[in-house]
Amino acid sequence: MLYREAGQFKTTYVADQQIFPILQDRVFVLAVTVVAFLAVPMFASPYLYTEILIPFLILSLAAIGLNILVGYCGQVSLGTGGFMAVGAYAAYNLWLRVPEVNNLVVVFLFGGVMAAAVGILFGIPSLRIKGFYLAVATLASQFFLDWLFARVKWLTNYTPSGSVAVGNLSVFGWKIETPADRYLLILGLVVLATLVAKNLVRGHIGRSWMAIRDMDIAAEIIGFRPLRTKLTAFAVSSFFIGVAGAMWAFLRLGAWEPLAFDINRSFQILFMVIIGGLGSLLGSFLGAAFIVLMPILLNQLPGWFGIRMSTALLSHLEFMVFGAMIVFFLIVEPHGLARLWAVAKEKLRLWPFPH
Amino acid sequence: MTLRKAVLLGASIAAAGLALASAAQAQNEQFIPGLIYRTGAYAPNGIPFANGVADYYALVNERDGGINGVKILYEECDTGYATDRGVECYERLKNKGPTGAAYVNPLSTGITFALTEKAPIDKIPVISMGYGRSESRDGSVFQWNFPLLGTYWSAADIIMQHIALKEGGLDKLKGKKIVLVYHDSPYGKEPIALLEQRAKMHGFTFTPMPVTHPGVEQKATWLQIRQNRPDYVLLWGWGVMNSTSIKEAAAVGFPRDKMFGVWWSGAEPDVRPAEGGAKGYHSAMLQHGAGQFGVHADLKKFLYDKGKGSAKWDEVGEVLYNRGLVNAMLGVESIRKAQTKFGKKPLTGEQVRWGIENLDLSAARLKELGFEGMLQPLKVTCSDHEGTRAGRVQQWDGAKWVVVSDWYQSDDKVLKPMVDAAAKKYAEEKKLTVRDCSKES
Repeated sequence: MLYREAGQFKTTYVADQQIFPILQDRVFVLAVTVVAFLAVPMFASPYLYTEILIPFLILSLAAIGLNILVGYCGQVSLGTGGFMAVGAYAAYNLWLRVPEVNNLVVVFLFGGVMAAAVGILFGIPSLRIKGFYLAVATLASQFFLDWLFARVKWLTNYTPSGSVAVGNLSVFGWKIETPADRYLLILGLVVLATLVAKNLVRGHIGRSWMAIRDMDIAAEIIGFRPLRTKLTAFAVSSFFIGVAGAMWAFLRLGAWEPLAFDINRSFQILFMVIIGGLGSLLGSFLGAAFIVLMPILLNQLPGWFGIRMSTALLSHLEFMVFGAMIVFFLIVEPHGLARLWAVAKEKLRLWPFPH
Repeated sequence: MTLRKAVLLGASIAAAGLALASAAQAQNEQFIPGLIYRTGAYAPNGIPFANGVADYYALVNERDGGINGVKILYEECDTGYATDRGVECYERLKNKGPTGAAYVNPLSTGITFALTEKAPIDKIPVISMGYGRSESRDGSVFQWNFPLLGTYWSAADIIMQHIALKEGGLDKLKGKKIVLVYHDSPYGKEPIALLEQRAKMHGFTFTPMPVTHPGVEQKATWLQIRQNRPDYVLLWGWGVMNSTSIKEAAAVGFPRDKMFGVWWSGAEPDVRPAEGGAKGYHSAMLQHGAGQFGVHADLKKFLYDKGKGSAKWDEVGEVLYNRGLVNAMLGVESIRKAQTKFGKKPLTGEQVRWGIENLDLSAARLKELGFEGMLQPLKVTCSDHEGTRAGRVQQWDGAKWVVVSDWYQSDDKVLKPMVDAAAKKYAEEKKLTVRDCSKES
């Protein structure tokens, strides 16, 4: 009833080709954006910013990046953590060695560009190797990059422990100090990046990726060059992941070591993409929300209800319930949370008179 | 009323009641957060430590009715030794209680690094007892960090002094081969700077060999050690990595008595899994060792006889349990010191920071607290946030830890210039204003 598009006529091509052709979707997305930008800063506590919203947004961006590669182009990658590390350390070195560039947006973009370059380099084998074999090749990139940042001391500015720290951050003269500043900066960048990603995947570039994903030989026959298509996917994907890595390091951690971007990070983001939904930008957000927030929620839930239990039991319960939930969602909807959302929308269109 | 409604109503009443109850008693409580780990790859070492900390706070509440009447409110949060989870725990707990967290013990060098950036903003001191960044002992730059009892540079220096003594002097180290097997994280990398400096001074070859988290795969490292045949192996491991190293050393036949662990590689869970293979293995001591002292009698009387202890009685007195006690005691005494200036009420992190910086535990006071034989007197000052740099070396005889050395003092002639240089570099990078310690009272 509420979600019915009867009476919404598209009389121009522009109207038909909008990102959200349905009025209700437009209103909903606009409302969420307005709430995120205006309402959240009015009531959010530092804890909500630093531990819930900031990690959620940054990892959503990383998941979007990986989703472009895995979900849209069909190239499995286990090197996400490594590419995030490239973004983080490239940004760090620019910030450290060129103090004139005291603008986080420039620093992050540099991190993204360097990650894209490294992504292209490690994407080259994708022309020859496919599927699980490619996954193993990208796994090698993860370990190589881990090793690189742990061993090449120049990259970490010769700190004895390999842990680097940043401070005194600003964007176009705006000092980034409080959690609210960091949140707004991240939110702005993530919204912008999502818009770019959305337009990429629904344009001809995205279609070429999907053609390669669905059947690479057929795509080649109808005129897509596999090397170029795959490498653009690697480049765009790594760019987003690199920016996410730089934001994770600068705005989430503040001080970090290569361990922050180890193989577990790669798996974490791959799981976000799989649970959220392959080939869906909304899925990237849902997956990130699930993987980031659910463990924290499970860990705190008993406390909110006044149930006292030992810390060890609490942690073990968190692992077990979280694991069970992953299994549950994958059984109920193997195509991910985004697919559940789409099904709900289909049902809503007919509600309350389903036929 | 349906069942669901009844459950919801019941839950909300319970929650509201709990909130009221805690608000009523929260007036005179000092909140202390506990970032610990009872799960994950480091749990075998994290659990006894966490038990020691929890028991000491409980003892202070039971025996003395709190710190001068201010009850300790202690809440644990399981970090699993992961930096991001640790920061989440810290953010979750930092504002609890009437005055927020008194101080925080990150119990992980990685978390310490992350919290070092947050401490000056939140005004909550970081006590990293026997770990953390070594240059943070310079209180003029690291106002909020307190690596009490010893840093990794002190630990490495004490081990090198012990080796030199066995060899017959520091000049006898020339030409020796020394390998460091370390956990590939900020923790494991900390001693490298000091060992490189010592290698330069005395002419021994120093080779660092990293082991990746969690450290159960070390075959390649120990194969290299078998080929290189170093004279000594230093071990900077934690959790399962320690016992794995000792087992691998036994497997390649490296003499265990030429193997020296840091104080985080010298507890019962590290050597027991290796069984006979661990016999002869050495480790540095963060002053205290295993065994029961004055405070343990109180623990038995006030907690364990009433069934309130968090560990099993057999485990009370193990190395890491005792370290938990020491850690909690230093925190409690700092709060007590701060109370002399700010009054006998719950204090803020900023007030407790003053207490830690002016902490002065004499031998008599330590005896009173029941820590005689575990600790040497310590005095923290603005320029020295470590308090003391003394340590000993212990050896596993197959059944228990035996102290095999006298007290060493790490050599400040070597350490001080390194600390100053590293702290200066940090201050310049972060554009910090450095305090003038000569003007502090």
